[in-house]
Amino acid sequence: MSALFPFHGGLKTVRHKTESNQTRIWTAMLPPRLTVPLRQHIGAIAKPLVQPGDRVLKGQMIGQPDGYISAAIHAPTSGIVSAVDPQPVAHPSGLADLCVTIESDGEDRWINRQPVNYPHLHPSELRNVIRNAGVVGLGGAAFPSAVKLNPSGRSERLDTLILNGAECEPWITCDDRLMRERAADIVAGLQIMAYLLGPYEVMIGIEDDKPEAIAAMSAACVRTGYMVCPIPTRYPSGSVKQLVRLLTGKEIPVDGLPVDVGVQCFNVATAYTVHRAVNFGEPVISRIITVTGQVHGPGNFEVLIGTPFAALIAQCGGYREGVERLILGGPMMGFALHSDDAPVTKAANCLLAVGPAELAPELPVLPCIRCGACMDVCPADLLPQQLYWHARAKEFDQARDCHLFSCIECGCCSVVCPSHIPLVQYYRYAKNEIWALEKEKQRAEQARQRHQARMERLEREKQEREAKLRQKAPRVEVVASSGKQEG
Amino acid sequence: MRFKTVTSPHLHQQTGVNQVMRRVLYAMVPGITALVWFFGWGILINLALATVMALGAEAAMLAARSKPLALHLGDYSAVVTAWLLAVALPPLAPWWMTVIGILAAIVVAKHLYGGLGYNPFNPAMIGYVVLLISFPREMSAWLIPHGIGQPHALSLLDTLQIIFGGAGSLPIDALTGATPLDVLRTQLGLGQTVAEIRNSPVFGIVAGRGWEWATAGFLTGGLWLIYTRTAAWQIPAGLLGGLAVMATAFYLIDPQHYAPPWFHLWSGAAIFGAFFIATDPVTASTTPRGRLIYGAGIGILIYLIRGFGGYPDGVAFSVLLMNIAAPTIDLYTRPRVFGERQP
Repeated sequence: MSALFPFHGGLKTVRHKTESNQTRIWTAMLPPRLTVPLRQHIGAIAKPLVQPGDRVLKGQMIGQPDGYISAAIHAPTSGIVSAVDPQPVAHPSGLADLCVTIESDGEDRWINRQPVNYPHLHPSELRNVIRNAGVVGLGGAAFPSAVKLNPSGRSERLDTLILNGAECEPWITCDDRLMRERAADIVAGLQIMAYLLGPYEVMIGIEDDKPEAIAAMSAACVRTGYMVCPIPTRYPSGSVKQLVRLLTGKEIPVDGLPVDVGVQCFNVATAYTVHRAVNFGEPVISRIITVTGQVHGPGNFEVLIGTPFAALIAQCGGYREGVERLILGGPMMGFALHSDDAPVTKAANCLLAVGPAELAPELPVLPCIRCGACMDVCPADLLPQQLYWHARAKEFDQARDCHLFSCIECGCCSVVCPSHIPLVQYYRYAKNEIWALEKEKQRAEQARQRHQARMERLEREKQEREAKLRQKAPRVEVVASSGKQEG
Repeated sequence: MRFKTVTSPHLHQQTGVNQVMRRVLYAMVPGITALVWFFGWGILINLALATVMALGAEAAMLAARSKPLALHLGDYSAVVTAWLLAVALPPLAPWWMTVIGILAAIVVAKHLYGGLGYNPFNPAMIGYVVLLISFPREMSAWLIPHGIGQPHALSLLDTLQIIFGGAGSLPIDALTGATPLDVLRTQLGLGQTVAEIRNSPVFGIVAGRGWEWATAGFLTGGLWLIYTRTAAWQIPAGLLGGLAVMATAFYLIDPQHYAPPWFHLWSGAAIFGAFFIATDPVTASTTPRGRLIYGAGIGILIYLIRGFGGYPDGVAFSVLLMNIAAPTIDLYTRPRVFGERQP
């Protein structure tokens, strides 16, 4: 065990882990219809490979990655494609997105799965296997993992490969259960990642409120040289920047990536899917999701991608009385769903139904008294109260100068604010306004360039015409004079 | 099923502005108890009058500004302002002084600048300074503490009569006198040494007799505010540090004519100001380093005003002067952001 490097701020939040982490991972039922979004990841939307009426097998690729930063999408079960059209998805905007709808045939028949013996593969081929299996970061961001597993372009070796099992958000326990029950599989995936990245050291960060997971992972890591590092239970220790700092003492630069400080970080569930993809030939068609809060039977479910949230809730025995919000993700950073008819995606780690018991009563907002409680908990060492003043006054340049974009929207400041100001909402607003202004500026610049090019072209054409005219000038004059005579 | 959509985070701690303000009130209780013990009923009457006036003025201004009354009256900020001002007033101050002070604090310094959170100056100190400049004689006539000379035995009725009806037949001049800092200042001016002055009966173990116990009470309450993180530790640390450094430097140069640092720290409103006045977050600096600088600035100014200015104590003026500087201090003391390169 190496020494830890605590980060500034953070919060001790309510935990609510025991509601869902006392039972084994259940296998969710196969729903009659699955709606599989083609955009479940950061990057370009996958290109559909199927049409309505096509018969698909479980694990068959139905969406092809479009570009380097994109991910493949696979059929979660066998059946018939009934539609390829925009459907409601889990997105804060509430807008629909392109989905492949599959009517299950109930047979759940696999394609021919082809495990690979990875030490015999060239790293680029191995990365292709992972890429074609649709592996993305399952911690929530859903960034295509094959991209992060590509060390090319970096001169020196990676210092540290970190596996993130912190799971710092309250209520969520899917990683906890996965580590307890399938530690060896996670470590097998981690070995593949280490094979590709060649790090000097491998660390697994787990919050110390999960002793069973720590024990299971430690047992699985025997004779691998990997270090299982219990970390203090303090939100947001599972945020990449904070976890890297905690374990290595290195700070990822503002606007930088973990690789900039020689670190790469993956979620434990991602390592598990890498293992399934490489050693079993199974693409990412399911994930483990925590369903908890005000439902009758909370727990963790291994569920097929595309299963409607409502079907999952029904398997938990339905909602209890007084559910007010359905949150996708944790209560700190998750977003409230409009409805439960959207489908499970690769990024969906928790479905949390909350009522008045969990939610603080909505209190009226008072003016900021500049007490600095927000500053004391900010893990990015920002001055949230000043960002708030600037965002409120629409002084976006000042907000940016105060490092608005270092804000990770962890929500600590909003939680502790004695004036109950929805601070994070102001930062999101300011960020969106800045992005919109930037797009506007880009568009204006493009328009200006187009206009200039057009003026130059017109000028050039005019000059060419005049040059031609000048060449022809004597004859023209003659013609003109003769024309006049005719008139 | 459809649900309400609210943005994250979905958790909230049950803290509130009213809780912060109530803690400040609780923390003042030990100091106020000592003041009442040594100076009698006047302290309590001033507190009650100031509280009623402050709530009335706050309600009137909120109504004029069409703000929800119950919500803002319930934040206790007006009560805090009232108590801070009342504690600073002489125990037998006529009622209209308290009224004028509160009106200046709540109406002018607070609401005309936009109300809670928007006032650039500490409202209680504005009220205090208005009174100090307008009525210097009344403001310097403090009751002689219980236990010096003849024990004053002003009954509640006598006190009420003095405050609301004037002294009348009561021997008010025999009951009041200069504050210890005032005595020090006057006697130094007359060419006496600090050691000689310290023999005066107005002085006790460390500082003014009676006063020093109130200071101990405010220190206790103030440390509790720091412990509960209601107030930022940097401000009192900076203030007392700044004052101590100045006082020590001058004491080392000439102990005959400059009072020792412990006397300065324990006298007047230094402790009270450090923990209760300067820590008002609205008007103070908000960055960690900024708070130290802000506090140190106040401490240095207190010493300069006490030693070389026209007033025996300088907490109110020093706080107001540093209030002006707070935004600039904040601008130059931004902490290093996570991942930002060392400058």
